[in-house]
Amino acid sequence: MTIVKTEFNRRSFIKSSLLTGGGLLIGFNWLASSCITDAPKGLSIPDEWFEITGYLKIGENGVVTIMSPNPEIGQNVKTSMPMIVAEELDVDWKNVLVEQAPFNTIIFNRQLAGGSDSIKQSWPGLRMAGASARNMLIEAAAKKWNVPVKEITTELGILYHKGSGKKAGYGEVASAAAQLSVPKEVELKDLKDFKIIGTSRKNVDGHKIVTGQPLFGLDYKKEGMLIAMIVHPPAFGMKLKSFDATDAKTKPGIKDIFSIKTFNDDYKPQWCDTTSFTELVAIVGNSTWEVMSARAYIKVEWEPFADYKIAMAGWGGDQLVTVPAGLESTADHNAKMVAAAAKPGKIERRDGKPEEAFKNAAKVIERTYTAPFLAHTPMEPMNFFADVTADNAVLVGPIQSPEYMEKTLSARLGLPLEKIDIQMTRMGGGFGRRLYGHFMVEAALISQKMKAPVKLIYSREDEITFGIYRPAYHALYRAALDANNNLTAFHVKMGGVPENALHANRFPAGALDNYLAESWEIESNISVGAMRAPGSNFNAVAEQSFLDELAEAMGKDPIQLRLDLLKRAKENPVGKRNDYDAARYAGVLELVLEKSGWNSNSAVKNRGVAAYFCHSSYVANVVDIVGDKDNPVIQKVYAAIDCGIVVNPDAAINMTEGSIVDGIGQAMYGQMTFSKGQPDQDNFDSYRLIRHAEAPKEIEVHFVQNEINPTGLGEPPYPPVMGALANALYKATGTRYYHQPFVKNKFD
Amino acid sequence: MAIFKLKINSKEFQVDVDPSTPMLWVLRDHLNLVGTKFGCGIAQCGACTILLNGEAARSCITFVDSVGDKEITTIEGLSENGDHPLQLAWIEHDVPQCGYCQSGQIMNAAGLLKANPHPTDEEIESAMHGNICRCGTYLRIKAAIKTAANS
Repeated sequence: MTIVKTEFNRRSFIKSSLLTGGGLLIGFNWLASSCITDAPKGLSIPDEWFEITGYLKIGENGVVTIMSPNPEIGQNVKTSMPMIVAEELDVDWKNVLVEQAPFNTIIFNRQLAGGSDSIKQSWPGLRMAGASARNMLIEAAAKKWNVPVKEITTELGILYHKGSGKKAGYGEVASAAAQLSVPKEVELKDLKDFKIIGTSRKNVDGHKIVTGQPLFGLDYKKEGMLIAMIVHPPAFGMKLKSFDATDAKTKPGIKDIFSIKTFNDDYKPQWCDTTSFTELVAIVGNSTWEVMSARAYIKVEWEPFADYKIAMAGWGGDQLVTVPAGLESTADHNAKMVAAAAKPGKIERRDGKPEEAFKNAAKVIERTYTAPFLAHTPMEPMNFFADVTADNAVLVGPIQSPEYMEKTLSARLGLPLEKIDIQMTRMGGGFGRRLYGHFMVEAALISQKMKAPVKLIYSREDEITFGIYRPAYHALYRAALDANNNLTAFHVKMGGVPENALHANRFPAGALDNYLAESWEIESNISVGAMRAPGSNFNAVAEQSFLDELAEAMGKDPIQLRLDLLKRAKENPVGKRNDYDAARYAGVLELVLEKSGWNSNSAVKNRGVAAYFCHSSYVANVVDIVGDKDNPVIQKVYAAIDCGIVVNPDAAINMTEGSIVDGIGQAMYGQMTFSKGQPDQDNFDSYRLIRHAEAPKEIEVHFVQNEINPTGLGEPPYPPVMGALANALYKATGTRYYHQPFVKNKFD
Repeated sequence: MAIFKLKINSKEFQVDVDPSTPMLWVLRDHLNLVGTKFGCGIAQCGACTILLNGEAARSCITFVDSVGDKEITTIEGLSENGDHPLQLAWIEHDVPQCGYCQSGQIMNAAGLLKANPHPTDEEIESAMHGNICRCGTYLRIKAAIKTAANS
């Protein structure tokens, strides 16, 4: 049993519950009601709720409502986070209702969807929240029965006192427990006593999703609400010159057309602020189709901008960022990347004497890998509801980073943080796109101008051409071999537009005496942002493909090569800054080797392997391909994962399957290209996503069983499958796949 | 603007909208049936799928003046209590991740099963080709359709 100090106090709960009540009532009619009034599992709704802590309330009949603190983006935290609270509360999951918590930094920590960190970072806090409430219920029962606290036990929402034979449901003491102080320290369960964590529980929104009930930001409505859209520059490198809305204003249902500036001139943008298109034309009307139709009649003139600098507020202080002028094209980017890769880069890490080892090598293998810009394209287009008055602002919609966007909104609207109420809806995907909440600021400014509640909607074209892409990447890998085909040095030089993807201290750093990592970057005015497993989503493909080719040249089995390197990194690591655990890395390779029958299954001829570490978790994949070389079919993908304790196994498998499908799709088909600053793709007819028949026929997921606290899972299973795919495709087609999208090479 | 009488989910509705309005926005904006989703607006993603006389149709390119007396079914009207075999199978396989595309997937699958009650894997893949799931739940969608077909 672990005893931990609690990190919250009673006072904060009282304050927060007032705030919650006030916030929820303002314009929050359907969301609040759809959360709780229907009891999907046939539970009877209590007559009265007693708030035990900010995380949960208990009804007089024993039904429990647990708040899910973090934004739900499809990673299933709305089910798995409350499961952790319910575990420590020691309640029957059947009696639990889940509500999306309001955004409230007083009660909840890190209400962010990003970095695969929701469960990892909130694990202790969620357990503490459940355990604290359980303690308070025990204390209330002890007082009621006049027995010592220590003699009371709980099981599935019922309190027992063995000595007297007394028992009571949580609901019977909830009213008294709600009056007590939160304990200063609480006991947490032993892992062996878990009844909910580690068992598969279905998505708490499942019924609402399959019956089409309003859940998403785009579904949000308020009486008197207007619909707004924006017009942004058609090309990067352009800005608004002027517009003529005379015609458009005469169209039916149109209320107003005006321009907005998303930042004040002296504002220092933070990481989640997008600076590409900051002056936009807004159109507001009664209904979506009227606004969409009239928008085409706005005549807008754009003009190229000159180079400028922005002071960005960063964690390490302000940073001056240059935005270059120009209308960039993919062909120019590619030429610049080739030129940059030929020059020395910035040295990020050097172990031993790599230059000398390359000079003395019997053989040098050198390969170049590239990947294009990618768009996030979550299925729900960008949107947000805003109702801004002189005194406060209410914002409702899909956002991954409410805590940061609240600061941006506060600065732009001139309202203190406590006057900004952000409510998080379920998100129709995000993949990082909704970390960048410019659409919240736009919606708020439009509402402020209209003095009315407004829902801003992006069309798919608006979103795909707005920017915030995964950067375009380029990597040069070199390996030196001696006369006996032993690996003597390793060199990676990685760059990109406008960012590179290098993780200089990851594997194989630490496993090689002579290692060199360099980076370079090319300035661009095309905006970029985090997309699922940033950087890793390129590294894993390039590095893991290179290792495959290296193994072939060395005459080694590709899994054995990796295991040999990891053995070295574990037993006698080179350097001190290696940011991976070699034993856990090897563990997933050994597991995938076993489960795929790598050494024993002779029936499968075309298979490729890859493994990668990111977001604190380890994943290895084997991809099996069947069919002839002109029509390869991905038959099966194996995944072996070490992400510590798995909270909700079937949901974790679902997310892994999705990551694998996503990875295969991006590597095979994904690309954004540009002509004179203008994106060449703007909707799903030109931006190709993976579809049903292109997904693997079968996916088998295995988790390493251990007692390590949970680590990330939303991102780690995404990168390595792309490398395993490239290696399996090589086996199936005889061709190496160096450049994404792979489909450009062949079999389109 | 013009008045259109529509039969949706076995109920009569009347709307006064521009004749060029896609059914997607009639449903979402004017009738508060928001289960039908906006994804692309050009019939490339399937999120807006409804049934028109039992056949799957993309409501983003189905204009209100083309509907006439055809019966419309949306996700809200697929079953009375959310117990259509496809809805039950979707829950059983715990298909959704973000969930946004799933009503379109279910409606398209409903159209498929009406026309072909026992589809093969290849027939499912082919019929569902127009429905994108960005989260990548394709394997579970296929499994759920097979479960529903066998129930």
